[in-house]
Amino acid sequence: MYEIRFHGRGGQGAVLASKILAKALADEGKFVKATPAFGFERRGAPVAAFLRFDDKEIRQFTNIYSPNCVICLDPTLPRTVDIFSGVPGDGVWVQCTKKSFEALSIPKVIKKVGICDGFRIALDVIGRPITNSVMLGAFAKTTGLVSLDSLFKAMKSVAFRDAALEKNMEAAARAFDETRSLDLSEV
Amino acid sequence: MPMSIVCDGNEAAAWGVARAKPDMVAVYPITPQSSLAEYISQFVADGIIQADLMDVEGEHTVLSVLQGACLAGARTFTATCGQGLAFMFEPYFRTPPLRLPIVMSIVTRDGITPQCVWGGQQDAMTVKEVGWIQMYCEDVQEVMDTVIMAFKIAEHPDVMLPVNVCHDGNYLSYGVSKAEVPDQEDVDAFLGRKNTNWHVALDPERPMAVDPLTGGAGGAGPSMFVRYRKGLCKGMQNALRVITDVHADWARRFGRPWAPLVEEYRLEDAEYAIVTIGSMTGAAKDAVDEARGKGKRVGLIKFKTFRPFPLKAALSSLSKVKALGVVDRAVNFGWNCGPLYQEILAALYHLRECIPAISFIGGLAGSDLTVDKFNMVIEETEAVYRGKPGPTEPIWLNEKD
Repeated sequence: MYEIRFHGRGGQGAVLASKILAKALADEGKFVKATPAFGFERRGAPVAAFLRFDDKEIRQFTNIYSPNCVICLDPTLPRTVDIFSGVPGDGVWVQCTKKSFEALSIPKVIKKVGICDGFRIALDVIGRPITNSVMLGAFAKTTGLVSLDSLFKAMKSVAFRDAALEKNMEAAARAFDETRSLDLSEV
Repeated sequence: MPMSIVCDGNEAAAWGVARAKPDMVAVYPITPQSSLAEYISQFVADGIIQADLMDVEGEHTVLSVLQGACLAGARTFTATCGQGLAFMFEPYFRTPPLRLPIVMSIVTRDGITPQCVWGGQQDAMTVKEVGWIQMYCEDVQEVMDTVIMAFKIAEHPDVMLPVNVCHDGNYLSYGVSKAEVPDQEDVDAFLGRKNTNWHVALDPERPMAVDPLTGGAGGAGPSMFVRYRKGLCKGMQNALRVITDVHADWARRFGRPWAPLVEEYRLEDAEYAIVTIGSMTGAAKDAVDEARGKGKRVGLIKFKTFRPFPLKAALSSLSKVKALGVVDRAVNFGWNCGPLYQEILAALYHLRECIPAISFIGGLAGSDLTVDKFNMVIEETEAVYRGKPGPTEPIWLNEKD
């Protein structure tokens, strides 16, 4: 079983991202269970969402406390939230940031990092700093656990506001191209 | 071909409603039911549900409107929870004695005060005594299937009672997994010809009185009143058989054999068992597997049907073990324990044997019932099985979260 925890701020679409990724993984034949963290849902406040997938049926509908992968949709969030809480080691971290690898403080439990200037891509393509689709592209590139095609297919099945489907797909594709990853087990 | 989708429990419920082809739906949104009301509204707008949608000013009106519709012979659906259910209570507790087969999802939510918008079964458990059938679902697919089955159960001539399909707020309402939407023609064949309300139907051509003033201490009153009450009790008891038959028919047609009343999991050769209800059961089964892997002889008993209480099915399962840990997602303030726990104690009386049982209360107000929590439940239950005196008060599973 592989466990992913999304971190974002209210309005960035972390919950929708978890749902899109769940659909994409299901389309690739995986069993999935996704659930949002329940907190005070308001724009800008830290939010989280959880996703499990496996080759066999998953029964537990619970939050995730020791994720294999952390996807962070917001560049400033790691300053206020311990996004690495419970990561047991050999973790994967996909971060929205314009920083370089050298400027990041990467904890010991992380063995692979993917970074992507998601705000810039979202502003360029969508016109608003909503980074959920962007960071799904970054996740696909960093981990190879899902294909961009499956993500596109999943995006087509959810209702984007303001008919923004095409732009979200374009943003995800650009993120896929621009994401750079660093494998620390090779360093 | 059935449609394979990935959806949350609220969308699954809406698909169930769509396949059951109601004539009228009335809704008022309340967290965590709101997206269910939104899906239904969207389905009506898109023509997926061909029903009259009543957007009314509150839950009291929601159910009053549906009572009128049901009396006119319509198949009806609504959903609510928490304070919405509280506001609905006046028409709610008239619905069973009116024998109206209305189906209503309760997207269970904890009670206020203190302010809380998250899941917990306090709302559904609070209204358990007024004659609605209550079934609690474990996962997303079961929500969809049970909503469809609920219409067949409610409308059965031997039942004629309203049904609550309960699914846990948050974990099931927003929890996403794969689900299969059955084909319309298969559901049509399963449900049969619609004959929603054959015993009273408001028809200007055939005027009739409904809901007479009766009772009192003389004349025809006392016996008529008792007849109403006994009829409702009989309908509830009949429901146990009908729920079982309908689930068996569903399993035959759709290949998904949900336990209708009580599910046993790894109970054969178990020395003790944990008892669950609703979406917590998935994590509980994982914990049972882990414990079994360590050689512990633990099983699980899950209640799907809680009202009417499935006494015979419960006794058949409870009699197989020598200690119980009952996990509730609600509080019974009157008995200082969980409501399911109290029902289990009442059932155990029929076994003429006193076996130790612990009341665990967890998952309140959206808190998490993880595999670790169930590991603890199994440990404590094993301890009383081995002779340790059980606690005299409930164990609150999320007290130190």
